[in-house]
Amino acid sequence: MRPLSVIVTSVCDLFAWFMIVFGAYVINNGHNTPGGGFQGGAIVATFLSFMLVAYGGKRFRAWVREGVYGFLEFLGLMAFFIFGCLGFPNSFFYNSPAISWGQKPLSEWIPYCGTISLMNVAVGFEVIGALSLVIVYMYGSIQMIDTGAGMGGERGHDRYDR
Amino acid sequence: MNWHDHLPAFLVMIPLLGAFLTPFAASFGKTARNAFFMLFMALTLVVGMLLCTATFDGGVLVYVMGGENFSLTLPSGMSYPVRILFEIDAFGSLLIFCISFAAFAGALFSIQYMDRFSGWKRFMSLYFLMTTGALGMSATGDLFNFFVFVEISSIASFGLVAFWRDKPESLEASFKYMLISQVAAMLLLIAIGSLYGKYNALNMGALSSMLRSGTLERVSLALILSVLAFKCGAFPMHTWMPDAYAEAPSGVTCLLVTVSQASFYGLIRVCYTIFPAVTQGGTVGWILIALGCMSMFFGVMMAVVQHEIKRLMGYHSISQVGYMLLAMGVGLLALSDGNSNGTVAAYGLTAMKGGLFHVVNYSFYKGLLFLCAGALYYATGTRDLDKMGGLARSMPWTAGMFAVAAAAISGLPPFNGFVSKWMIYESSFAVHPLLPAVAMITSVLTLASFAKVFQAAFLGPSKAKLVAVREVPYGMLAGMAILTVMTLLLTLFPGWFMDNFFENAARALLDRQGYIRAVLGGM
Repeated sequence: MRPLSVIVTSVCDLFAWFMIVFGAYVINNGHNTPGGGFQGGAIVATFLSFMLVAYGGKRFRAWVREGVYGFLEFLGLMAFFIFGCLGFPNSFFYNSPAISWGQKPLSEWIPYCGTISLMNVAVGFEVIGALSLVIVYMYGSIQMIDTGAGMGGERGHDRYDR
Repeated sequence: MNWHDHLPAFLVMIPLLGAFLTPFAASFGKTARNAFFMLFMALTLVVGMLLCTATFDGGVLVYVMGGENFSLTLPSGMSYPVRILFEIDAFGSLLIFCISFAAFAGALFSIQYMDRFSGWKRFMSLYFLMTTGALGMSATGDLFNFFVFVEISSIASFGLVAFWRDKPESLEASFKYMLISQVAAMLLLIAIGSLYGKYNALNMGALSSMLRSGTLERVSLALILSVLAFKCGAFPMHTWMPDAYAEAPSGVTCLLVTVSQASFYGLIRVCYTIFPAVTQGGTVGWILIALGCMSMFFGVMMAVVQHEIKRLMGYHSISQVGYMLLAMGVGLLALSDGNSNGTVAAYGLTAMKGGLFHVVNYSFYKGLLFLCAGALYYATGTRDLDKMGGLARSMPWTAGMFAVAAAAISGLPPFNGFVSKWMIYESSFAVHPLLPAVAMITSVLTLASFAKVFQAAFLGPSKAKLVAVREVPYGMLAGMAILTVMTLLLTLFPGWFMDNFFENAARALLDRQGYIRAVLGGM
């Protein structure tokens, strides 16, 4: 996959960052407006596809660190589990902050809604990591087809390769 | 706080935490990874067993998540439940019993079976997730959450079926399963959405109390029945099953068997508890009987011609599901007969007990058969029966355990398969004499098929290429031994299991008012 023209890369430089800001907004407001962790995470993950299309595969490969996205997934999942269980044994993701912090908004950005808004953030991290990895792996498959390796080039689990 | 009250939450929390923690635990080396895997599976098993003991006295456990309190089913004075709600009765805990045992045995087997392969993080995470999905399906009291758990277990199983991703057959099996399964999932969602649109409730107990017979209800039931019959592998929606069972790693197939049983649980729960207003006429009972007979007969007919051991067993799974569908169809007919005075005809109760006994039997002996097939593949490197022979000398433990499972599935007396099949023959005879005839022919063909497998794999002269074959490692034998012991216990004490497990489970299934009352109180 080759880089596109300077017009596309310039536009990408400008707008790709807005996707992250918009995604973060959708994640943070998922509890009282349409959206949430999954939707916002998916919007943030489009950042990577913008980069891939605009700058081409070579630079994309140089930027991407799979471990970072794997860590984001792990962090998001664990945070999701912990926030979900904060209310245990009373309630599960309902009113545990209300019990411990009183019925106040968590911040100006996150009004009171139990642990749901925190779980949105956790899901957001998870989805950013997972969908970014999906894009990375899909690009890997395209590379296999481009280089003529086809499906035969797919690495199996019959050896310790990672 | 009494921790016993929170067992339903632990049932899903433990394997889910296991799935999320896997990447972290697996980074500490092989021993830590294996210990972590077995520790979490053992904890799941213990919780499953405790839940069984808590519900087999006839009680219904209810657990509310996301509400003001875990025991408050109707928050803020509402007239119907709106939270995520688990509701476990003796019928549900029967499935939890099977799933937690099969998951533990499959995990123990997989430790050494999968040792020479990479991709352990993914394998363990998906295995935990599939266990979570199957347990959640059996524990939930909410239709939408049932759909969510179906999806969790399905998506995890797509990944596990395609685990050997460099094999085109695995990818094809997984893709086929994924395609059909996702279409089915959408149909299930449409059916659940239709019911929600009309009744404004998703809770099974609440729906059951409100549901009346009508066109929308009939269409919804038809959609749910076809989807869940597909998920449990009934003919003619069985096409995914032999491929998926054959291509998945054997420990996974052992768990997949119980995942299909969780779908069967959903099907029966829907027919008996939620939709009795629609199923009362007897039509649905006859549909289940027809599906059961076709699955039994065509499943076994397709199995006898197979030469690939796991594929053969996959087709036998279709035939075994047929027995259960027949039994529960007969039970539903009997319920229609006796419903006017609130009782069930005696043959119906026998059929239900036989069907539930067969669910447990099938989970154990079929899981064991798949583990034995995995052991053969591990030792010989082939799944083709024509390339095997004389392995009883080099693999005596595997041969012995295979013989127990084969005798049980074929319904040979005194094995447990005989007891459950006999109850199904006896009760279905009361409906029509042709039904036990079909079931008996199926059983004879099953015996013929497994005699062929035993002869081809274990008896006769050794093949030149297999002289170096040795018995599989102890870890794998231990996984198989757990299921063998369970099969033998069911064989030796069928009366005890019948009185303490299946009788209670059948009565819990019939006690629709008790199920509704547990959520809605005195309504």
